Amino acid sequence: MTTTENTLQIDGRRVAIDGERNLLELIRKSGIQLPTFCYHSDLSVYGACRLCLVEVEGRGLSGACSTPPEPGMNLRTNTDEIREIRKISVELLLANHDNQCPTCPKSDGCGLQRLAHQLGVEKVRYKSVLTRKPIDASSHALVRDPNKCVLCGDCVRVCREIQGIGAIDFAHRGHEAAVLPAFGSGLAQVECVNCGQCTVVCPTGALSPKPEMDETWRDLSDPDLTVVAQVAPAVRVALGEAFGLPPGTLSTGQVVAALRRLGFRHVYDTAFAADLTVMEEGTELLGRVMKREKLPQFTSCCPAWVKYAEHFLPELLPQLSTCRSPQQMFGALLKDRLPQSLGIPREKLRVVSVMPCTAKKYEARRGEFAKDGQPDVDRVLTTQELARMVKAAGILFHELEPESFDMPFGLASGAGVLFANSGGVTEAALRFAVEKITGEPLPGVDFHEVRGEAGLREATIRAGGLELRVAIVHGLGNAKALVEAVREGRAAYDFVEVMSCPGGCVNGAGQPVGRERDGRKKRARGIYEADKTMPLHKSQENVFVGACYAAGLGDIGGEKAHALLHTHYHGRPLAAETRSEERE
Amino acid sequence: MTTLSCETPETQDHAPALMKILERHERRRDRLIPILQEVQEEFGYLPEEQLKAIAAVLDLPAAHVFGVATFYTHFALEARGKYVVKLCDGTACHVKASIPILEALQKRLGLSDRKKTSADALFTVETVACLGACGLAPVMVINEEVFGQMTPQRAVELVDELARKEGGAP
Repeated sequence: MTTTENTLQIDGRRVAIDGERNLLELIRKSGIQLPTFCYHSDLSVYGACRLCLVEVEGRGLSGACSTPPEPGMNLRTNTDEIREIRKISVELLLANHDNQCPTCPKSDGCGLQRLAHQLGVEKVRYKSVLTRKPIDASSHALVRDPNKCVLCGDCVRVCREIQGIGAIDFAHRGHEAAVLPAFGSGLAQVECVNCGQCTVVCPTGALSPKPEMDETWRDLSDPDLTVVAQVAPAVRVALGEAFGLPPGTLSTGQVVAALRRLGFRHVYDTAFAADLTVMEEGTELLGRVMKREKLPQFTSCCPAWVKYAEHFLPELLPQLSTCRSPQQMFGALLKDRLPQSLGIPREKLRVVSVMPCTAKKYEARRGEFAKDGQPDVDRVLTTQELARMVKAAGILFHELEPESFDMPFGLASGAGVLFANSGGVTEAALRFAVEKITGEPLPGVDFHEVRGEAGLREATIRAGGLELRVAIVHGLGNAKALVEAVREGRAAYDFVEVMSCPGGCVNGAGQPVGRERDGRKKRARGIYEADKTMPLHKSQENVFVGACYAAGLGDIGGEKAHALLHTHYHGRPLAAETRSEERE
Repeated sequence: MTTLSCETPETQDHAPALMKILERHERRRDRLIPILQEVQEEFGYLPEEQLKAIAAVLDLPAAHVFGVATFYTHFALEARGKYVVKLCDGTACHVKASIPILEALQKRLGLSDRKKTSADALFTVETVACLGACGLAPVMVINEEVFGQMTPQRAVELVDELARKEGGAP
């Protein structure tokens, strides 16, 4: 077929069809931003919101998302009739919506608000029929407010299709239809792993990260408390977005300065704890490889993946690294060291994490990460929350002079910073393990074979006489498929890195929700740039990590290190297995 | 290299009656609706425990099974009475005054739109969209028996009669 034959008309302009799956893709590619609620290119087509209606000559109105392009079609995207229908659709949603926008967590990024404004909806002609339903605040990580749900189902599909879970689904019917966990239980009572990707795709405030800002403000203003912060690697390439900077802009120094202005006594780098993790997890891996046992070793730094494994793959738990995540290693270490060095009682110290992640909120509340009833990490703020606190304090982020992390726990290698990216934990571990195996310095520190975007990446690394077979997956659906392949003998690895969020922590649900399609790639690039600009590239070069072992942690992987830096896992029932009396 | 075990976590002590139904349908996910129908026939309604067991055996998210079970009005998630009174509220029955019948029955049995089953577990009163017998409107069905051209008074009499037969006074 020649090019002229493989074209169609969009509002009188001829446009070539180039393998687009549906009219919506083609129309958007041609520069017309058709409105949608229920369409995400990574998810299946649902066709419920009816906002992408277009007129197909000879056929009438069709949903662009669910109509494949055909040569010769003549489309109109902006007629009086279409505009009126779109307006009516939004008005009907608003008539059934809890329109308390100023106090809504999605206030600055709400799709419903944006489209109502763009489509010129200036009043709602229908009487409100909202009957208030209870808010589900059972989870430590997420809040579900059914009064703000527009039933687009984006959350249902991301949970089922990307994460392979299905913790929420449509229930009931007609005007009673709702998105619910099984049997209407709370999110905390079902197999939700707190990854929060549902909050990323939710166009409204129906699903949102659970805030801990008020509690943090209270801690900061309590003169009896010493409040310190740890900042995850992914935060430094995304916080700027909340202040209008492009995704991937490296603003480590401004993040530190902002936290000091907010009143944090010391600001530390979670990448320091990531370096510590590399030492422990890398040593654990080499031990298992030498003994050929409990392989492949799965990473354990992603709390959503850990909870997923506890629910769905209990027989796999012995293969998870026993290492705590960097957040929790750091919490335990800071609560162990700082009281002595600062001369304060442990109960007067507060450790606040700034994380790109909602599942970290849940992780910090796990019973095993506490001593005498006091958690190792007291509060977890998302990048979004930090941005709001900075704004609340009136701090002009752009004008902040960069400041450095506090020492000694602010020193990190580039390897520790790589933890933010899918593939980064693997690369950091390889920079350690390969040197350890060969006993010689690496000729180059970059392992390009483990970088990239693909949902599953595999590489075989040769070091000394050894072959390390590594795999990297992101998105729990991909993890599920990998585990099945290993079970059925279709694949074999020594080391598997799992991150729940597509792209890894840079794309965590705590990050500012950007509308830029390439945002996640730019953040990932920002992380690799950060690694390049840092003086150290290997965790084993981090002198303060070494000093920690010398000053009390003892041997890497030794008894004291185990007590402070490692953990254990336990199987958890699925919603399908929970007895009703176990739920609240 | 250690390999992962292949056991599936589905071998719990589910009700034998349920397992029989699931086996008859070869544990196929695409048989979910007929499975739910048969389980409802077996248990009188769809108990939560059975729905969870179905989800576990078919390896479906419980939220999905719950979603299907709540979508169809045919499925009941609560125990129903010995006599299930279905009052048609389709267009024809509605215009022939089905609602006063419903109200009379609810009043007589101490029920509401939320509370559909009487305290003595004898009666469940619910409305259905259309029974396909519009010529007899308003129509009521008690278990399998159809009653046409109902009035509030006649409906209450029928219920009272059944209650007397069961030896209680409603």
